[in-house]
This record gives sequence, structure tokens and C-alpha cells, in this order.
Amino acid sequence: MSDISSKFATGINPFAKKSSGLPDKLIMIVLISCASVAILATIGIVMSLIFETIRFFEQVPITDFLFGTQWSPQTAITAEVVGSSGAFGAVPLITGTLLISFIAMLIATPLGLASAVYLAEFASARTRSIAKPLLEMLAGIPSVVYGFFAALTIAPFIRNTGATAGFEISSESALAAGIAMGIMVVPLVSSLSDDVINSVPQSLRDASLGMGATHAETVRKVVLPAAVPGIAGSLLLATSSAIGETMIVVMAAGLAANLTLNPFEAVTTVTVQIVTLLTGDQEFDSAKTLSAFALGLFLFVITLILNVIALKIVNHFREQYD
Amino acid sequence: MTNPFSTEAAGLKARHTSERLFKLSGLAAIIFAIGFLAIMVGSIAWTGSGALRESNIQLSVNLGSDNVDPSDINGASYRTIVRDALKERFPDVKSRKDRRKLYGLLSPDAALELKQFVQDNPDLIGGNEDVWLLASDDADIYLKGGVDTSLEESQRKFSDVEISWVDALTAADQTKRQFNKRFFTNGDSREPELAGILSSLVGSALTLVICFAISFPMGVGAAIYLEEFSRKGRWSEFVEVNINNLAAVPSIVFGLLGLAIFLNFFGLPRSSPLVGGMVLALMTLPTIIIASRASLRAVPPSIREAALGIGASRIQTTFHHVTPLALPGMLTGAIVGMARALGETAPLLMIGMVAFIADVPKGFLDSATALPVQIFLWADAPQRGFLEKTSAAIIVLLLFLVLMNLLAVVLRRKFERRF
Repeated sequence: MSDISSKFATGINPFAKKSSGLPDKLIMIVLISCASVAILATIGIVMSLIFETIRFFEQVPITDFLFGTQWSPQTAITAEVVGSSGAFGAVPLITGTLLISFIAMLIATPLGLASAVYLAEFASARTRSIAKPLLEMLAGIPSVVYGFFAALTIAPFIRNTGATAGFEISSESALAAGIAMGIMVVPLVSSLSDDVINSVPQSLRDASLGMGATHAETVRKVVLPAAVPGIAGSLLLATSSAIGETMIVVMAAGLAANLTLNPFEAVTTVTVQIVTLLTGDQEFDSAKTLSAFALGLFLFVITLILNVIALKIVNHFREQYD
Repeated sequence: MTNPFSTEAAGLKARHTSERLFKLSGLAAIIFAIGFLAIMVGSIAWTGSGALRESNIQLSVNLGSDNVDPSDINGASYRTIVRDALKERFPDVKSRKDRRKLYGLLSPDAALELKQFVQDNPDLIGGNEDVWLLASDDADIYLKGGVDTSLEESQRKFSDVEISWVDALTAADQTKRQFNKRFFTNGDSREPELAGILSSLVGSALTLVICFAISFPMGVGAAIYLEEFSRKGRWSEFVEVNINNLAAVPSIVFGLLGLAIFLNFFGLPRSSPLVGGMVLALMTLPTIIIASRASLRAVPPSIREAALGIGASRIQTTFHHVTPLALPGMLTGAIVGMARALGETAPLLMIGMVAFIADVPKGFLDSATALPVQIFLWADAPQRGFLEKTSAAIIVLLLFLVLMNLLAVVLRRKFERRF
């Protein structure tokens, strides 16, 4: 205060903008460049993936990659022998990825939805305050822990159960990885669906209850149908994160590229192959290492499409009721 | 016409049963998911608790002057001394094969331990001395009850003679179990009984320092720009879409980016915490930006209006008044982001932080590994002794995650302001 009055006394305008040390322009430039890093990162990802992928397709035709049913990049080392330049058909990897993600969603969808409905519609505030953070913890546990548990506990359990029932189940089955992954994405489904269910207007519920429907009937026939688009969005987001998940499948799903839909057999996924191709020694011109970038681009594009669709659906849903 | 609201109405009982079932199925789903969490963490903690104890075997070693020269303590062959002590303890063992098994009761590090012991107590040279030495992983598993003796001898790694030796030692009170300090002070090792988490823990810490130093200022800067300065338009929308998409990119793709750009294009050192931190920083950036924007948005406009009203510039308003109020929220977001980065494995595999690292990394450019990667490596190791080490390392990792999240909660509680 005294500062201001002294300035009045000397005739300096106290409201004149005082420089804050650095010139304003410089500060703005720094801030803008911070914001641009996000864009640079995206550009960097796209560039690095696309350039290496183009180099890969110079060596292996794109149709072989997309439609080939044989994946055995290891033989690519003996390139001198004509015709044995390795097989880069991604179909078994893609079916493997989809199979495991499908199993995961088969588990996560009912669990996540039922939890979300219970938390949003039936639970007391107290139960909610305890159960919700506990569910979120499932998402906070690193995937390497799920992978360890899947390989060490779930897979032997499935194999032993199968053995007592007379089935032969391989020790690295799609099922074990799928179960662990399914549990991991439960909180993704439940917390997003929970938000969506909460944003369904109360008037819809009141109308249904007023007509004499039970609470469960109201949820099943009024709230859930109204929330379907949002729930679909949350399921898409969960699927996208299941497709991109790496450590669980690396530790529990196996390396053999089997083209199968049998959940009891070992399958491999896109992410597993990226890891096996790029860990250890690598020469950067071989089709073997470059194929990992083609797989990475595939992964990036698929998850991007799923996310864009999911976000569109969710935003559209929000606008509808806001 | 029947009254549809009476308790006798057709189907009402069935409807109420289905109501109860519906509610119950929701509760069951939650209990199942949380039960899975409890079983997973519980079983891992149970297995991992074994790694906190190590087994020792007591031997009477001959430190006579023909074995150890008092003027040259380091020159003595402690390996031979230890082996002689074992031979003396079990004089019946004659064949080469059995002798090798006998030597295998002790860890390869036992000789080093003895050397250390003699260096610390040079006055003991000249006589026989009872010394506790570290047991090997196989003997350790047997002593902890991990060997199923009902199995055929050929089905287990620990043979009948070895069991008889260890039993004889135990009967003579020459085995003991004590707290395993090594697990926290050693780096990685090929021998499970010597392996520790220190090198990977330091690697993780160095990586997180880089990650925080890059992602926090950048994330806060980006959030301030987007929230306080950018005009709503194509550009800011484009940035926003980019951030949202970046948040959903699979982590392994960030590893590919690090490999192609940081390692191959810029030629930064492979396996270094520097590159690991940079890759993780790009991954956590969206989390921090989103959290920082939310906490900037929570600062009421009246604060900005007051500052602008008494003549502060927009930059002064932002940096002197709005950002300090939003900082606790930003830090909370950053800590949650760091916790996620700490658990991340896949991108680090891509940039080579998956090597066997026995030494503690000394700087940001040394080869290093991270705790989750160490877990992955140990989980893959064939020796059974690594099972409990892996589990114990997981528990340490989870403890750190819990601590970081608790810190975030405490920060939020302490500095949270309702305007």
C-alpha cells in the first residue's frame, strides 16, 4: 500500500505494466513451444514408424504382410538362400491379438458393467467410497505384475484344471493372458461407464419408477439403453488398451505364431513380436527389425482409430444430455 | 381386474427376485474383481516374503599361517580354504561328483565373505575359526522347506546326499536363517542368493528424475498456454486432439519412437536412464497436461479479474496469482504420472534397458535397468531361487507405487482449496 502511495507522490503511474523479469514475448514463445511438444511427439511417432515401414515394404511386398498366414522372421537371417527370406505374414499375429483382446473383453465387459451399475445405482455412498478406489487400484498395478501372475498362477491353474478334465492345454495359453488382461481393464470399463450412467438424467429414472417399475427394471430397460452409446465408447477404449498391452502377453502368451482361434493354444500377438524382434542384437537394415516398425504402425493406426471413434461417441453422448 | 400394485399381483414375486439377483450380480462383480486383486497381491507377497531371509551355514575354517599369510591377507586362496573346510566337515565324501555337489552347498560368494571376515578380524589368523557363510540358492530353498522330499530323487534338483548333508548341518545347529540385507544392497547377479534390487532401483530413480525434469515443466507450460493464453480456434483444438490421442497411444509405440529417433537418429547412448526418462516423459506428458489444465480451471476467474483489475499484465496474473494456486493440483497430477512411469516396462525394453546390470549406475549416461524390467528379467530366469526374488521385487515396486499415490492424496488434502 505504501508502495503505491509513494509512487503517486513521485508521479509514476502505478498501473503501468511492469516487466516481470523476462520479456513477455519470450515467455509466450516458451509456453507455445511447450504446447508444441505434444504435436512434435505425434509427428515423431508417425515419422519414425512410416519411414521404417516404407523401408520394410521395399523388401517385403505389402500384400504378403497384410494377407500372409506365415510368420517366421527368424529365417530372414539366411538371406543368401533364395526363397528363404523369412515369412512376414501378419495374419496370425493379428488373429492372436484379437483373440486375446476378445477374451479380455469377454471378462471385462460383464465385470466392469455390473460393477459400474452397482456403484452408480445401488451402492451407498460409503460402499462407493471404499469400492471405487479399490477397483481403480487394479488399473494402477503395473502390467508386468499381471504378466507374472498370469504366467505363474493362472496358466498352471488352467492347465491343471484341463488335465483333470482330460484336456491337453499348453502352458502358455491365450486364455491365461486374456484373463489377466481382462481383469486389468475392468476399472477402465467400470469408471467410464459409471460416469456415463451417472450422467443419464434423473427424470428418466423417476418416470420409470413412477410407472411402477422396480429399480432393476428401470436400470435394465431405461437407464442402460439411454447410456448405450457412452458404454460402447468405454468398451472401445478398453479394447484399444487391450490391443496395445504388451507385458502380459510377452510373459504369458508365447512366441509361436499359430493361426488358431482356440483359446487353449499358445498364440502370439503384434506386441509380443515387436518385443522379440527388437530386444537383443539388431542390424538396422534387415527386414526382421524393420518389420517391427510395420507392426508398430499397424498397432498405432488401429488404436488411433478405436480411440477417435470412442471419443466421438462419448462426446456426442455428453452433448445429448448436457 | 386385479390390482397391479397388490402383493398378490401376478409375477410380482418373480420381479422382486430378479431385482435382488440383479443387485447381487453387481456386488458379486465388484467382489470378484477386488478378490482377484487381493489374491494376486497376497500370493505374490507370500512368495516374496521368503526373499527377506537368507540361509547361512557354519563351518570351521582353518586360518592357519600356512593358509593365510598375515602379511598378505588378500593373497590367500579363500576358495580352497572354504572347500577344505567343507571336506573336513564331511570326510566321507570322496568322489569328484559328490565333492562338486558338496561345494555347491555354499554360494560362490562364500570365499569373498571369508576374505572380508579375515580382513575385518586379522587377529584371528593362525587358528581354526567357526564362520557363518552364505548358502547356495538350492540349499536355501531346501532349508526354507521348498523342496518336496516325497518326490522321486530324479524329479527334483536337490538330491538325497545333499539333503543328508544339510540335515546333518541343521542337526548340529550349523545352519541359520537371517535377514537378507543383500537383497537391498546388491545389484543383479546370476546367482539367485546374491541377486539384489539396488542397481535397478537406482536405475529407476535416475530415469524418473529425467522424466520429471522434462515432463513437469513442459506439461505445466503447455497447460498454462492452452488454458490461459490460447484463443479457442483450430490451433488449440488441434493441440488438444493431439494430447488426447497421445494419451491413448500404446506404450510400446513410444519405445519404437525412442529407438528410431533418440537412439538411431540422435545417437544417444543405448540403455541409458537419459533415453529411458525422455521416452517416459513423452508418455506422461498428456497425464500432466490434463491434470494441470484441470487444476488451472479450478482457480476461479475472480482471482484473475482482481489481478488484472489492479493493473497486472496477463503474464503477471498467470505467473504471480493463478499458477501458484494451481501448483498443488499440478504436482498431484505429476506424482500420479510418475507412479505410472515407474511401473512401465515395455518402452524400456525397446531402448535396451533390459541388459544384465550388476553395478549400480553412476550417472544418466551409464547402462542401467529399471525395477519393472528387472522383475521381467528375473521372471524369465530358469533358477527356482529367482521366484521369490521376483515376487519380493514386485512387492517393493508396489510399495513405491502406494507411497507415491499416498503422497499425491496427502498433497491434495493438504493444499486443496475450495474457492
